[in-house]
Amino acid sequence: MPEERTSFGLMAEFESPEALLEAVRQTRAAGYRRFDAYTPFPDDELIEAMELGSTLIPPPVLLGGMLGGAGGFFMMWFANVVHYPLNVGGRPLNSWPAFVPITFELTVLLAALTAFGVMLVLNKLPMPYHPVFNVPDFERASADRFFLCIEASDAKFDLSATRAFLNTLHPRLVLEVPP
Amino acid sequence: MSTEQQEAIRETTAVLGGRHTSASVTDKIGSTVLVRPIKPGWLVGFGIGFLLTMVLLFAVTWLFIKGVGIWGINIPVAWGFAIINFVWWIGIGHAGTFISAFLLLMRQDWRTSINRFAEAMTLFAVACAGMMPLLHLGRPYYFYWLLPYPNTMAMWPQFRSPLVWDVFAVGTYATVSLVFWYMGLVPDLATFRDRARGRVARAVYGVFALGWRNSVRHWHRYRMAYLLLAGLATPLVISVHSVVGLDFASAILPGWHSTIFPPYFVGGAIFSGFAMVLTLAIPLRWAYRLQDMITLRHLDNCAKLMLVTGLIVAYGYVMETFMAWYSGNPYERYVVVNRALGVYAPFYWIMIVCNVLITQLLWFRRIRRSTIPLLIVSLLINVGMWMERFVIIVTSLQRDFLPSSWNVYAPTVWDWLIFTGSIGLFITLFYLFIRVLPAIAMFEMRELVHEADRTAPAPARVWAENHDA
Repeated sequence: MPEERTSFGLMAEFESPEALLEAVRQTRAAGYRRFDAYTPFPDDELIEAMELGSTLIPPPVLLGGMLGGAGGFFMMWFANVVHYPLNVGGRPLNSWPAFVPITFELTVLLAALTAFGVMLVLNKLPMPYHPVFNVPDFERASADRFFLCIEASDAKFDLSATRAFLNTLHPRLVLEVPP
Repeated sequence: MSTEQQEAIRETTAVLGGRHTSASVTDKIGSTVLVRPIKPGWLVGFGIGFLLTMVLLFAVTWLFIKGVGIWGINIPVAWGFAIINFVWWIGIGHAGTFISAFLLLMRQDWRTSINRFAEAMTLFAVACAGMMPLLHLGRPYYFYWLLPYPNTMAMWPQFRSPLVWDVFAVGTYATVSLVFWYMGLVPDLATFRDRARGRVARAVYGVFALGWRNSVRHWHRYRMAYLLLAGLATPLVISVHSVVGLDFASAILPGWHSTIFPPYFVGGAIFSGFAMVLTLAIPLRWAYRLQDMITLRHLDNCAKLMLVTGLIVAYGYVMETFMAWYSGNPYERYVVVNRALGVYAPFYWIMIVCNVLITQLLWFRRIRRSTIPLLIVSLLINVGMWMERFVIIVTSLQRDFLPSSWNVYAPTVWDWLIFTGSIGLFITLFYLFIRVLPAIAMFEMRELVHEADRTAPAPARVWAENHDA
């Protein structure tokens, strides 16, 4: 059985995105890997500094779209050619040009639902409880404060050493995050 | 440069007036919902909307009891108000998607403060639109026959019919608009969860915020998914009104059977949609003092887009007339004459005045930048576009090929009640929206403030610095 952790990690609070950006760069340089930053808005520089790699979202969306389109076309082809063929004056049963609009709509529908669904799944949302919300002041991450949390599961994590490291980054304050 | 000159520059170019920080935009937008008490003005507006919604409920109930015979529709004019309203409402929705998706792809920063309520407008307009064909069904309790589902009759919808394409187009449009809107709301709902005072409000916003914690790892995926949704919504919005156009174009009626319909309908949809955006934005920014977020530049840009799409619509009118003459087809020619001089001539001329003549006022900068004249122009365009749908639908059906089948169509009081009732539903939903959800995307505004800080000295910043002393 894994040992019960006494804390989720250490949270440093910053007043500006620039300070957080610098902190993230130094944290990576110091060898930490399991950490996360919290900001009130998406910031390209920060995303770059975190070196997050690919989002993994586009391929499933492409797949979803292709499935929607192929499935939609198959449905119409099956209905008109196999299941209920209706000869109207010798016109072709597989009248594909008339099937284009619905094929397109279902492509978009499935691709869009996949984009939203995959975003939720990869972000592990909805998540009813998360330890970071135990930090007082953390609600300001959704308005005007910037946070950096080094998690206890990081191989390099050591409560006192990591706290000392975070204090060198000029945070407003550093707090322990209860699990 | 004098301060006045700088202020003039700021006035003309800024997408964000005054001096704003991350905290101040969040406070200002959030306080509209979370702090500000309900004012009598809101109650009056909501009350009117609610009353009209009750009228809608009453008219729909009577319709369900008596059937569509209470409407003015008959043969040959079997498509009356319900279809006019459907096309009008769905067109209005298009500007919301256009603003939130297409302008995002084009990196237009001025979309930020108007996209949220424009998307809400889309959803409510689609709700009003979607209701209309269902009410028109005659036997609305069989509405699910429109959908392909396994059934003991082994029957399928007619997939070659534009009316069935409509079901898929509007269904997809409603779903994708809802997903797009909700996804944009998630970070803002998290802000509301963190700032709401009451326990119930915190819990409700919390549930819908899905546990969003503003993590950069989340933002990274969120942005990609949002961009993809925008890329998907842009062709979708074009397809929806094209399909609506094909409902008409694929029929053989004179005045309908024309290849210009799909693009002309899309132009008209965005035209009427921007008119509705301005109709909502101008009172909204006044009532909640959002002039520094929805600036004159926003109004100016919307007005310019309205002018462009208005010219597309005018081109459509000209081409319709020209092709009728050029085709040499007597039926096509007769439709044009009948529209301009027949029973419904007043509708036609109101349409021309509102959509073609009034729109030309938007060439003037003074009009585009004065709220009251712009509001009046927008309202008139809303009227004009409704008239356009009336003219297209009624005049073509009213007198087609055989004079023996000609007849005059007159709407009954029930037609009018359902039409005004649907406006009431729209008003009610919009009033509830501005009191319950952030009408401007807060996280995007924070991003805009941050970008402005980084790319200083923009005119707004210069001005702000000069006013520090």
